[in-house]
Amino acid sequence: MSERAIVCKDLTKRFGDFTAVNHISFDVDQGEIFGFLGANGAGKTTAMRMLCGLSYPTSGEASVAGYNVFKQQEDIKRNIGYMSQKFSLYESLTVKENIRFYGGVYGLSDKQLKEKGDELITKLGMEKEAKMMVGSLPLGWKQKLAFSVAIIHQPRIVFLDEPTGGVDPITRRQFWDLIYDAAGSGITVFVTTHYMDEAEYCNRISVMVDGRIDALDTPANLKQQFEAASMNEVFYALARTAKRSAD
Amino acid sequence: MRTLRLLLEKEFRQIFRDKGILPIIFVMPMIQLLIMPLAADFDVKNINLVVVDRDHSTYTQQMVTKIASSGYFHIKGYYTDYAPALHEIEREKADIILEIPAHFETDLVRENKAEVYLAADAINGTKAGLGSAYLNTILGDFNNEIRMKWLPAKATAAGTIDVTSSNWFNPNVNYRIYMVPGILVLLVTMVGGFISALNIVKEKEIGTIEQINVTPIKKWQFIIGKMVPFWVIGMVDFTLGLLLARFVYGIIPLGSLLLLYGFLSIYLVALLGFGLLISTYSNNQLQAMFVAFFFIMIFMLMSGLFVSVDNMPAWAKMIAQLTPVTHFIDVVRMIVLKGSRFEDIKMQFLYEIAFAIVLNGWAIWNYRKTA
Repeated sequence: MSERAIVCKDLTKRFGDFTAVNHISFDVDQGEIFGFLGANGAGKTTAMRMLCGLSYPTSGEASVAGYNVFKQQEDIKRNIGYMSQKFSLYESLTVKENIRFYGGVYGLSDKQLKEKGDELITKLGMEKEAKMMVGSLPLGWKQKLAFSVAIIHQPRIVFLDEPTGGVDPITRRQFWDLIYDAAGSGITVFVTTHYMDEAEYCNRISVMVDGRIDALDTPANLKQQFEAASMNEVFYALARTAKRSAD
Repeated sequence: MRTLRLLLEKEFRQIFRDKGILPIIFVMPMIQLLIMPLAADFDVKNINLVVVDRDHSTYTQQMVTKIASSGYFHIKGYYTDYAPALHEIEREKADIILEIPAHFETDLVRENKAEVYLAADAINGTKAGLGSAYLNTILGDFNNEIRMKWLPAKATAAGTIDVTSSNWFNPNVNYRIYMVPGILVLLVTMVGGFISALNIVKEKEIGTIEQINVTPIKKWQFIIGKMVPFWVIGMVDFTLGLLLARFVYGIIPLGSLLLLYGFLSIYLVALLGFGLLISTYSNNQLQAMFVAFFFIMIFMLMSGLFVSVDNMPAWAKMIAQLTPVTHFIDVVRMIVLKGSRFEDIKMQFLYEIAFAIVLNGWAIWNYRKTA
């Protein structure tokens, strides 16, 4: 698909006097892995919630999967996957039951659910855990499962809000393998992270500072632009200019 | 429909896997229904009486025996002086003093007229009032008896109005018969009100609501998915309670069960809508719990369960009418005890339907998938 997955122009969100997201503009191509960086409180989650149809923008324009974020939130929701900072599978349901519930809600038939579910469980190597309560799994497994469930309906875009927070390096590596697989199958990945090594894996990244997007390019170009050896240095250079204190 | 089925599947699984909630839903109400009606008895019995007898005659003996045999009084003391009797009241050992003056018998026989004095501890007004009234009746009876003995022929010649009353629907004026249906309503209300109030807010706390909000699930599907399991639980709870009323208290509904369950089903929709409404406004379970508790207290005290709504001042009647519980208690008592039919409870039906529509509409409106 040559169509843009996300088109965003001057998108703004204000809470009273506070401008959480201040006129951000960017485009994301279909199949791209787009890193959305920024310090705590820079406005990443707010921006992402607007794009997912969870929050009304104050002004600006944006479309996600071709649908307007002001009016067509429910259409957007059919075409995206979402994985939030908080773990959000049901802990008192088993792995299989979670897959069935979330897959079914996106309209997968029983047959599709069975096929996709088995495929997913095999891929994650969770055959033995399939009938276990999700609450009893280790965090890394939960996160991989949550991601796989978020893309079970093959959405056009998947939004990941700090998906690897608190996860060990090996599992993080495996997690990114899953992300690459998803991108390879044509799913656009929109991901926020605080790990700069992960930022390097992205096709392009944007860095938010005080509600604005202050930098947007490929990791290589950004390093060149800021004359930095690593993404870490790029991030420091930008985040240091922030006037807003993190919450 | 498929989405709804999946939601219901999920809710039922979650409820039946929650080992903490199951006894709260099914066991606790039954225990309460076994205990509360036995204790919540407004009949005045066990009135403690002290007698100050300054006469010591055959008649006073007969009179006191008659009082003691009525079953309502315990004779706690028998004194010849007032002071120790009053002391018993001060120590909360006695409720009423019956003072018989000296020459009681002589006056009665010679002058055909004698007096006794009653002094009641009016802190517990009901007990004092009813106790004095009982005592009056017993003494009146006693009075007639002795007159009968003296002048059998003339006793009724004076021509008194004799009031004969019969108690309909609850012939023995058994307080339990009146309380059990009301308490049953209260228990269904508490279980339904609390679990529904806590439910959505629990998903807010764990964060799963955000995941739901980002799926194509529709608001009404989500709310109905939450409501149906609790509705079923409410039905089961009520049925268990009704069986308990049948086998423990011998209360068999006189009216139609279909009508009773018809009303219950609408009542539960209204009640659960109310719980879910609280849930959509609260940010955490503690908040929801306190708000639910606040309202359930009002429901308990103002719904006519303990105190008749007819006795309330106009403003309180208004509040009572504005709680769905009031109408349900009314209807359950009417159908179960009086065998009322649909025509008798039409108005309550309308009220309950209005509550169901308003509360649920409000809950769906206030639940926002996009904030």
